Formats: sequence, structure tokens, C-alpha cells
Amino acid sequence: MPAAALPDVHPTPLPPAAKRPAGSRWSWAFLIDIAVFLFVFATVFGIYAIGRAWLGPARPQARISQNPRALPLYAFYSLVRMVIAYAISLIFSLAFGYLAASSRRAEMIMIPLLDILQSIPVLSFLPGVMLTMFALFPHSQLGIELGSILLIFTGQAWNIAFSFYSALKTIPRDLREAAIIYRFSRWQRFAELDLPFATIGLVWNSMVSVAGGWFFLMACEMFVLGKRDFRLPGLGSFLQTAASHGDTRGILWGVSAMITLVVLLDQLVWRPIILWADKFKFEQVESSGAAHPTLFHLIGRTSVLIRIYRRLFRPLINRLTLFFTVRARRAAESFTAPKQHRLRRGIAYAGIAGILIGLAFTVFYAVRELSDLHREDYVELFRSAGLTFLRVNSSLLLSTLWTVPVGVAVGFSPRLARIAQPFVQVAASVPATALFPIILLIFLRLRGGMEFAAMLLMLLGTQWFVLFNVIAGAMAIPTDLKEASQVFRFGSWHRWRFLILPGIFPYLVTGLVTASGGAWNASIISEYFHFQGKILSVPGLGSTISSASDAGRFDMLLASTLIMAAIVVLINRLVWRRLYRLASSRFKLEA
Amino acid sequence: MSIADTAATVPILEARKLEKFYQHPEGGRIQVISPIDLAVFPGQILALLGPSGCGKSTLMRMLTGLSPASGGAVYWHGRTVDGNFPNVAIVFQSFALFPWLTVIENVEAPLEAHGVSAIERHKRALRILDAVGLDGFESAYPKELSGGMKQRVGVARALIVEPEVLFMDEPFSALDVLTAETLRGELLELWLDHKIPTRAMFIVTHNIEEAVILADRIIVLGRNPAHIHADFSVTIPHPRDRKSLEFVELVDAIYRTLTQPDHKDAAAPPRTHVPGVGPKAKAVMLPHTRPGGLASLLEILVDRGGRVDLHRLAEELSLDLESLLPTIDTAVLLGFLRLEEGDAIITPEGHGFAQADIQARKAIFRKAAIANVPLLRQMEQGLRAKANHTLSEEFFRDLLDEHFSAEESRRQLETAIQWGRYAEIFDYDAGSGKLTLTES
Repeated sequence: MPAAALPDVHPTPLPPAAKRPAGSRWSWAFLIDIAVFLFVFATVFGIYAIGRAWLGPARPQARISQNPRALPLYAFYSLVRMVIAYAISLIFSLAFGYLAASSRRAEMIMIPLLDILQSIPVLSFLPGVMLTMFALFPHSQLGIELGSILLIFTGQAWNIAFSFYSALKTIPRDLREAAIIYRFSRWQRFAELDLPFATIGLVWNSMVSVAGGWFFLMACEMFVLGKRDFRLPGLGSFLQTAASHGDTRGILWGVSAMITLVVLLDQLVWRPIILWADKFKFEQVESSGAAHPTLFHLIGRTSVLIRIYRRLFRPLINRLTLFFTVRARRAAESFTAPKQHRLRRGIAYAGIAGILIGLAFTVFYAVRELSDLHREDYVELFRSAGLTFLRVNSSLLLSTLWTVPVGVAVGFSPRLARIAQPFVQVAASVPATALFPIILLIFLRLRGGMEFAAMLLMLLGTQWFVLFNVIAGAMAIPTDLKEASQVFRFGSWHRWRFLILPGIFPYLVTGLVTASGGAWNASIISEYFHFQGKILSVPGLGSTISSASDAGRFDMLLASTLIMAAIVVLINRLVWRRLYRLASSRFKLEA
Repeated sequence: MSIADTAATVPILEARKLEKFYQHPEGGRIQVISPIDLAVFPGQILALLGPSGCGKSTLMRMLTGLSPASGGAVYWHGRTVDGNFPNVAIVFQSFALFPWLTVIENVEAPLEAHGVSAIERHKRALRILDAVGLDGFESAYPKELSGGMKQRVGVARALIVEPEVLFMDEPFSALDVLTAETLRGELLELWLDHKIPTRAMFIVTHNIEEAVILADRIIVLGRNPAHIHADFSVTIPHPRDRKSLEFVELVDAIYRTLTQPDHKDAAAPPRTHVPGVGPKAKAVMLPHTRPGGLASLLEILVDRGGRVDLHRLAEELSLDLESLLPTIDTAVLLGFLRLEEGDAIITPEGHGFAQADIQARKAIFRKAAIANVPLLRQMEQGLRAKANHTLSEEFFRDLLDEHFSAEESRRQLETAIQWGRYAEIFDYDAGSGKLTLTES
């Protein structure tokens, strides 16, 4: 999905393999995990409960125009939603990452929390969030607007927050000490050390996040909940309306508008930013051929963003730095430490107590809600979880099967890479949800078409992560190893076994981790879809979630969401993290 | 600037019973630095010399307030500092420049932190850059500069805060020999001509000649735990000639001090040592070497007739102390070498080792290791005692943790595993972390 330049693909960050020394400490960390999971569980339930309690009177829905002339305006609406959501995600990420990295105690809770939040299927929040927002602002579109923004935020924020946190944790000791010894104020440390050091990671993760954001935006601009139909004017609703009317021309118009928007964003925003971010690369020696100076100067000088940064942002930072240093100096002169600490500690204890009481209450009510479910419901839930499990993993297998040979071919041949790059980039940057109506149009004529279509959507949403990572892995295999395998006349089987597969393994795992989480999430849309006035569905956990929210069955919705989150977390812990550890210990190419 | 002039003056900076230890989770403590008394006088360049991993950097970090002391205190002008350290600056081995800031922005950054206005900042930065020979490079980014130029920026950044004491942590050891020599000369010139307001310098180094060229006083640190091993005052007038007799003699004397078998002086702890404060039972610390280099060292000794002056050997091989000392220590520990008055003398075992073929060498190494290295002996016995002859590395790590800090015990185990594998005492599977006794 990321509209990334091929040679620079950055592996998506994994949740850190929490350092678990042998023996007793493991169980302690496990307890924290459980506590955090309970907390999230309670929050999820809280959102549903509030949403249901506030079920207000129905509002007339916005009419979605089907005229292609409305598209520029709709694209703009969608873009604004996207930008606001991204801005909130970025601010949240900076705050979250900074806090987690600067307090050991906060870190102990915040990082497992992030790990779990990352695994929760965003789309199953949709009904709860929308209902809450709608109840808060019953007389305007604002509620639904905010709801969709909030949802995009929950799809974007976690990996940006994580990249910022892990960047802060890897700042070299010498740089930190230099900042301390030269008395940088907290602000100056943030602006001149923390933020620049994290910039590259932030940029790449932002690109991935925004691409993922489009995926969700398409879904949450228009959806049905019970008898209520929520609509926001935008590209997503345009496409969905066209799809449910069976309007092929409309679908094609919508998809081309989407592609145009994404390509324009890539060229006008991301490219210049990536080139600009190159100066934040943490290297002591200039790397050869990494930057293209002429192109950089060309774009760097003309880009509006860079200009804004230079004229506005830099002076602002300088002002702030002076302001904060002066303030910090003053504060240091009139410092009354012990009192403040006691007060702060008191507040912290009160806060913790409040959270614990709230936690107990919500867990109690959630369990009561869940006890309404019969045993048959649970059997049904687990059966559908099994089906979705099969579907997700077959789509992962399929994407591995085609991306590995293609990715390796592209990675090994610069000529092929040049040809493939623009094509792959455009294909990857179109959100799969936008393409879904087209796929349905094609597949519905076949028998079992929905089953194919569902898997294809998962595939579309996730295969690019795998492809990009495989290409990056193939490119990273050192030339001398390739030459060695030539000199020793490896046959193609041995070449794959001893050179290519071990070489790309860490990258493949990184790609698959992201793909796996994405595919689970995508199942909510792909297994259940409103099309041409009908509901198309295949049995699975995703369709259980969607149909439960359609029917307003909150107990079922709660149970299925929690099961999905638990499955994703478990698979991450039991499979991916282990593979990842193996990849980083045994298959790491070290110079 | 000699000791005689400064003896009467008050020290700028004084450490009294400054020490560092870690509390072991299961009681007891791991002493990293035993209580140290140290004073820095105005007009003096003080060099802190010692082998790697002996705690020089930690000591410097405690003096500058970067790292909290476990005991004792630091006094500035006779007064304690409570976390609020006066003007200090550090020149880092790795330069520690901010790669996203230009040269001048890097130099201005500390002033920005002091709340100096932009114009004033710029003026002062230009002046300093001029002094260290960096004019014309103001708007370059660090990655465009050579190592020597980068360290000039590091020095400029340190000098701009006009520190009373300028600390330098191995400032020239990341540079090539010629560049390092140039920079040393330039620094000395700035200092001797009073072009900088700095009143004292504190240089951490492992390079003996560097210390003798620059310093007025050289403190040699011993290790495990770190303690002051010797204190030399240098009265040779500047510019100092490396070939002069007094220079060579001083370097030789320091060499002798440094190569005195380390476990001997650790076994007789310094007077400041308080009973019950040091490590529980004294563990022999393995030098961090791989067995590979041992053979070549011994072969050279055999070629030179079995006895060679260490200082000369290092010079001929153009190795500095950092690379040579651990190998010497290893050879001494295994009983392949003896040290006498700065000379290394090969033993019959060492002779045998040098002349043997690969397989025979391993056998000799194995015998020597089990006889002389308690840790390896312990590991061998532990593995033999188990029915399946297998133990996890965690087991031995726990044993080591009682004597060393976590970082050090990791390195100790790493070294022990290297040696044990070479000696074919045991096999090691990095994936599972299991050690298995080698069947012979």
C-alpha cells in the first residue's frame, strides 16, 4: 500500500520483542499483558455501551451525488478528513512516543498497550464510534465527520507512535550526553535531537499510515447500522453508492479520481518530503548515490512545503527554543522540588485508582453483556474465526507465492526495477477498498464468486507490503554473495536455498507481519458487502462483525471483536515474533 | 605550569572518595570503581590513562555529572555540587555532532541553550570556528567533513561555552595517526598560547604517547575495580620530542606499570579499599581477546629469542596499548608469558604452543586454560557433572553476575565461550544458548 520509492523500502517496525530475561520475569510481563488487554477490552466495551445508550433520533442522510462533476469536491472532502486525521495522529504519536520513552514506568504499560491497540480491528470500532459521535452532535454532520476522522486516526496512529518511540530509544548515547552536558532545555532537546533523529522513520511510517488511512476512509464514509444509513460526501461514498446502484461508469470515474488523487499526493507531497528528510539520515559519512542532488535541489527549492518549513517553521522553532530556555532558567532559579513531586504523585495515585475502579465496572458489565450469548453463539463464533483464519492465511500464502519470484526478479535486475517501479507504485497506492466494487462486478458472475472476491480483497490490501519488502530484501543481498554462488556453479535450486531465501527471509517476515494484521482487519469489509442493493457475504469472523453491527447485536459485536483482537495478538506473539527473532539472529546479513 | 607552581593553589575540581558500584539483586554489590581521590588544578592538563574497560569513561562521566556517583562527592572550588554542575564541556570520541545541523549550527547549539541571542551566537561561533581552522566550512554538514574536521567542530562546540575544565573522552582515537598528531599539536598550541579561556584540561586516553605529549600529570588507572594505580607528573618542557631520552624513559616506565600483572594488583586492593565493599570472592577477569592473535604474538617472541621489550614491540607492530595489552594479558594468564621490567619472556609452554601445529596448539591451549582459568575449569566441571553434559549459558551468566556488572559478565561469558570453543572444551549453539561438553 505505501506509495514508496522501491529501493528505499523501509521495513515496517515490529513491536519490540520485549526484552525478557530468563525465568521469573517472563510471567510478570505476561501479567502486564493481561492487565493491558483487560483495559482495552473495557474501553472497547465502553465505546459500545455509550453508543447504544445514546442512540438518538434518526437523521436524514446526505444525498450522494452520482455526477462525475461532483468528484473534485468529494475528493477534497475526503482529503480534508485525511489531513485532519493525520495531523491528530502525528500529534498523538509524538506525545505518546515521547512519554513512553522518557518514563520507565509509563513505558512498561504504554508499549504493550500499543502492541494490542495495533492488533485491534479498527473497522469493528466503526458502529460504536459512529453512534457515540452521532449522539454527541445530533443536529449536525459534525458528529459523523468526527467519527470518521477518529476511525482513520485509530488506523494510523499506532505505527507512527511506535516508530517515534523506537527512534527515541535508539538515539546514540554520545548525542544524548552532548545534549545534557551543553544544557539543552527539554524543548531544545526535543527540537534539535529527538525530532530530527526520528524524522526519517516518521516520514516512512506516515506514508504507510496514510495509505492505510485511505483504505479505511473508503469504508467509513458510508455504512449501514441497523436501519440507519450514515453518509458523508466523499470519494468513498461516491464509490459505494455507485457500487450499490451497479453503476459501472460511476465506479470507473470514482476509481480514476482516487488514483489521480493518490498519485498527485505522492508526487507533490511525499517525494519532496522524502528527499528533504534525507538530511536527517544519521550517518557520519556521506553515502554514495543515496541522494540525487540535482533532483533534490530542483524539487527542494520549488516545493511549497519546504518553503513553508524554512520560512515559518524554522524561525518558529528558534523562537520557541529561546522562549523555553529562558523559562527553564527562571524555573531552575525558583525551584521547589519536593512539594511539586508530592502533589504530582498524589494526582497519579488518584488517577490510577480511578482507572482501576472504572476497569472493574466495565469488565463487570461487559461480562454480563457477554453472558447473554448462548453456547451456540460461541460455537458459531469460533467456527467463523476458523474460516477467516483459513482465508487470511491462504491469501498470505498466495501473496507470498507471487511476490517472492516477482520481487526477487525485480530486486536482482535494475532494468526491470526501473520499468516496474511506476507501475507497482500506482497499483500499490490505490486503496483496495476502492477497487472492491470492480472486483465484485467481475467475480459475481462466477460461482463462489464472493469467496474469491473476499480473498482477493485481502490480497489486494496486503500483498504490497510483502512485495516491497521482498524487493528490498533481494536488493540487499550483497553482490559478492551472488558472485560466489555463480563461481561455485550453484544450480537454481541451490541458489534459492542458500542465497535467495535466507537473504530475503527477514524482509519477508517483516512484510508478512504487517500483511497478516491487515488481512484480519480487511476481513470485516471483504466478507460482508452491500452491493447492488443486496448483501453479499461469506461466513467468517469479519462478516460476523459486520452483520452484528448491521443488526445492532452488541453482544455479538463485542464478542467477535474481542476474539479477533485476541487472535491477532496471539498470532503475533506465537508465530511472527518468533520468526522475527529467528530472522534477526540467524538470517541477518552483517558486514 | 609544573606541579611545583600549582601545588599551593586550590584545585578547580576535586573528587573525594568518589566510587561507583551496582547493587546486585541478590544482595552484595559489584564494585566498578573503588573510592578515588583526585584533584584537577588550574593550568594543568591531566591525562587519565588505562586499558579499555577499566572504568576511565565512567570516572569522567561522574566528574562531569553525566553519571551519578554511588558514593563520595565532587567538589568545585571546594564546594559540593548538587546535580547543578558548573560550566563543563566534553569532546567525544565519536564527535557526537548533530548530523542534521550545519557546522555553525552545531557550534551555536550550546549557546542557544544558554539563551544567547542569535546575533551574539553567530559572532562568537565564527570566532571559535576561525580559531580551530574551520572558516569556510560554516554551512557544511558534518557528513561532508573528514574525521579530523569533525573533531575540530567537536572542539569548537566545547570551547564556545568557555568551560573552566575541558573534558576530552579519547578525542583522537577515532582518527588516523597523522590527523590525530596534527590535532594534538593544534590543541596544545591553543592551550600554551592562552588562546582559550579554559583553565584546565582532562583527557581520557589509552594512548601512552598521547598522554606523555600533552599532559602535565598522568594518572594510570588499574582495573577490576578501577583504582588509581600510579600518578606521574610530567616536567618535560614543550614542545616535547618523542625521540628524547626522558620522553622514551617515561613512556617505558608507564608501560611497565601498565603491564604489571593485573590480577596481582587487584588481589592486593588499594589502601582506600573498605572491607566488605569490594566484590565477594575475587574472580579472575578474562581479557577480551580471541585466541587467534595469541599464536602470532608468541611466534614473534620465539623469533626474537624469547625476550622482547614491550614498548618496542608495540612500536614495531604499530599497535597501540589497546590492541596489544589484552593479548599479552591472555598469554600471561595462560602461563605462556612472563613479564619482567617491561620485557615479555616466553615460557616453555609458550614456546611449545608457538611451534606446534593447529591440532597440537589446541591441546596445549586446552591444558593451559583448564589449569589457569578458573572460569573455564568451572564450566568444564559443571558440564561434566550433568548427565547429558549440557547446560544453558544463562547458568554461567548467573554465576558471573555475582562478580561483574551485567555488561561485563556478558562480555566475560562471550570471551570464555570463544576460548572454550577454540580449546574444544565444549560446543556452543548460539540459537539455543546451550553449551555441550565436547566428546573426546
